[in-house]
Amino acid sequence: MNKMKLVSALLATTVLAGTAYADATITIESWRSEDLTIWQDKIIPAFEASHPGITVKFTPTAPGEYNAALNSKLDGGVAGDLITCRPFDQSLAVYEKGQLANLSDLEAMANFPSVAKSAWSTDDGSATFCVPMASVIHGFIYNKDAFKELGIDVPKTEDEFFAALDKIKADGTYIPMAMGTHDEWEANTMGYYNIGSNYWKGEEGRLAIIAGTQKLTDKPWVDAFRSLAKWGAYLGDGYEAQTYPDSQNLFTLGRAAIYPAGSWEISGFNAQVDFEMGAFYPPVPNAGDDCYISDHTDIGMGMNAATKHPEETKAFLNWMGTAEFASLYANALPGFFSLSNAPVTLEDPLAQEFMDWRTTCHSTIRPTYQILSRGTPNLETEMGNASANVIKGTETPEDAAARMQKGLASWYAPQQN
Amino acid sequence: MKTGDNKTHRRWHIAVFMVPALLVYTAIMILPIFATMQMSLFTDIEQTQVYVGLKNFRTLFLDEHWSDHFWNALGNNTWFFIIHMAVQNPIGILLAAILSSPRLRFAAFYRTVFIIPAILSFVIVGFAWKLILSPLWGIAPWMLDSVGLKSLFAPWLGKEEYALTTLALVSVWQFIGIPMLLIYAALLSIPEEVLEAGECDGITGASAFWKIKLPLILPSIGIISILTFVGNFNAFDLIYAAQGALAGPNYSTDILGTFMYRTFFGNQLQLGDANMGATIASAMFVIILIGVCFYLFAIQRRLRRYEF
Repeated sequence: MNKMKLVSALLATTVLAGTAYADATITIESWRSEDLTIWQDKIIPAFEASHPGITVKFTPTAPGEYNAALNSKLDGGVAGDLITCRPFDQSLAVYEKGQLANLSDLEAMANFPSVAKSAWSTDDGSATFCVPMASVIHGFIYNKDAFKELGIDVPKTEDEFFAALDKIKADGTYIPMAMGTHDEWEANTMGYYNIGSNYWKGEEGRLAIIAGTQKLTDKPWVDAFRSLAKWGAYLGDGYEAQTYPDSQNLFTLGRAAIYPAGSWEISGFNAQVDFEMGAFYPPVPNAGDDCYISDHTDIGMGMNAATKHPEETKAFLNWMGTAEFASLYANALPGFFSLSNAPVTLEDPLAQEFMDWRTTCHSTIRPTYQILSRGTPNLETEMGNASANVIKGTETPEDAAARMQKGLASWYAPQQN
Repeated sequence: MKTGDNKTHRRWHIAVFMVPALLVYTAIMILPIFATMQMSLFTDIEQTQVYVGLKNFRTLFLDEHWSDHFWNALGNNTWFFIIHMAVQNPIGILLAAILSSPRLRFAAFYRTVFIIPAILSFVIVGFAWKLILSPLWGIAPWMLDSVGLKSLFAPWLGKEEYALTTLALVSVWQFIGIPMLLIYAALLSIPEEVLEAGECDGITGASAFWKIKLPLILPSIGIISILTFVGNFNAFDLIYAAQGALAGPNYSTDILGTFMYRTFFGNQLQLGDANMGATIASAMFVIILIGVCFYLFAIQRRLRRYEF
């Protein structure tokens, strides 16, 4: 069935390409400057081969300057035809200024699940303005050699997880887990959101907070903090001053056994480690529970509303919805997973392990990214602060949850009753 | 008409010499200050700037989500300043006193060594100290360990109770050369005759320092204090380089500069708010202005100057 779809989609695009396009050059705006060669050598040639007449240029800006540079280019009318989209509010603001085209009717949109599209849709979901490109998945990467040496099996439940950590700690050869609280965002991104989706049941809990039917002080949200509070004992000496690069180095040097991870680490880690790596999804609280993973929408592609080549640009966006693109992109950048429904086989075994979880677990995104981080205090920033405090034990899980709820309720109407 | 003719000797050259500096200063300092203050009176509603009077200041001082951060930052700034006044300036004076001793050998070498950190970039200082103090790879834990004092080590930059003091001391380390140089220059300008006259009256050594030199360098100490005050309340770079814009752990190293930066430029998912950023910047300006005025009117007037 899928093969048939794939073939017909490919045929459709080639037929279209053969008929409709005059010679045109379209340009891509992006912040992914490190992907330049991948686009030039692999992705763009594949597109141009099936779409004669269209030339594509990839013109990235440095990540830190991207948002500002893009905004001034769009205001000045000199931006490229294809715009790489940050998730949620940053792109939504551009769309609301009328600078990104509404792509709801694009055929390729049918190839993406709604949770993937939510990152680039208006709050009511009526319009989608970017084609989802890739997500990053959270989980734990572990040192397979260390696990073998200590006779530890991959933990499936939380009890097994903490038993494994205890065993590594008692043995003393390895630091059980490589994470620090210095940079704060590690604590919520790799900690709280990573394990938490099992508690708040992914999308169910996330949407309930947005709707106001659950509070951050409800049991699942506090329980996730309670579980996180146990982590402090298993982190390295002086983890309070350990930064994000410190954590990466601890793990790749083979000094730590487990690394709470995002899949974007995969290509970097592959280049550095000399031991075998494996991955496991966040252990469930009780045996037999459904598992949930944070499969976070991170990068999309939209169309400049003022483009001179709307048809050609749309052809490219439609091509981005095909299985061909999904497989090309995901294999060129292991750890950035295609969001399309088309099945993709990855050559990187570690990346494949991460992606397999999509079939066994339910996907969700980071709970604070949609709508909830618009006010003051900023929920995302506060979550980092609270997660770090909870791990260090300077704030109890209950107090942290109460503080988050109070901050959110101070500006977010659905949470005010 | 007649009186006008009498005043034909206007000193035009003074104005001519002043104008270039005045223009440059106006363009890059005075106008931006007023533009910032103007910006703090507006707010962004649906992408247009709307005049709201002092509402932003009310938010900053009365809304607990803002005022908690503001008072925390102001308190941290004050502590940062106290450490500098209590550690940097006395040690700077001491070093200058030792350096000015005629019997000291290699004085030029020491002088250079002490001033070198002050010419390093904040980024280098922040990064180097972060590495030195790192519990994982730093040489601080290793050095303490080699003398059997490992138990004294703590991840100082990661502990709420130590981080700010640690960073203040790093800043002291960096800038110790500035008060040293200023005081050193002041000490050198004290005429030998004064000291010799003291010697005839039996005042030598330490008491010559306390009774003759110190009173004579008090105006320089005053200048150093006010420079320290302005520098500390404008500080930002070191904290940002070492701890990032969030000024962790748990905002314990957050000073007005980092609070302003986070608000103005945004952080992670928090979008930048130029108007509230300008409000904080204006508050910083007023705080520094009050401090400088206090110094000028209450202290500097009372300092006695000696002419030789």
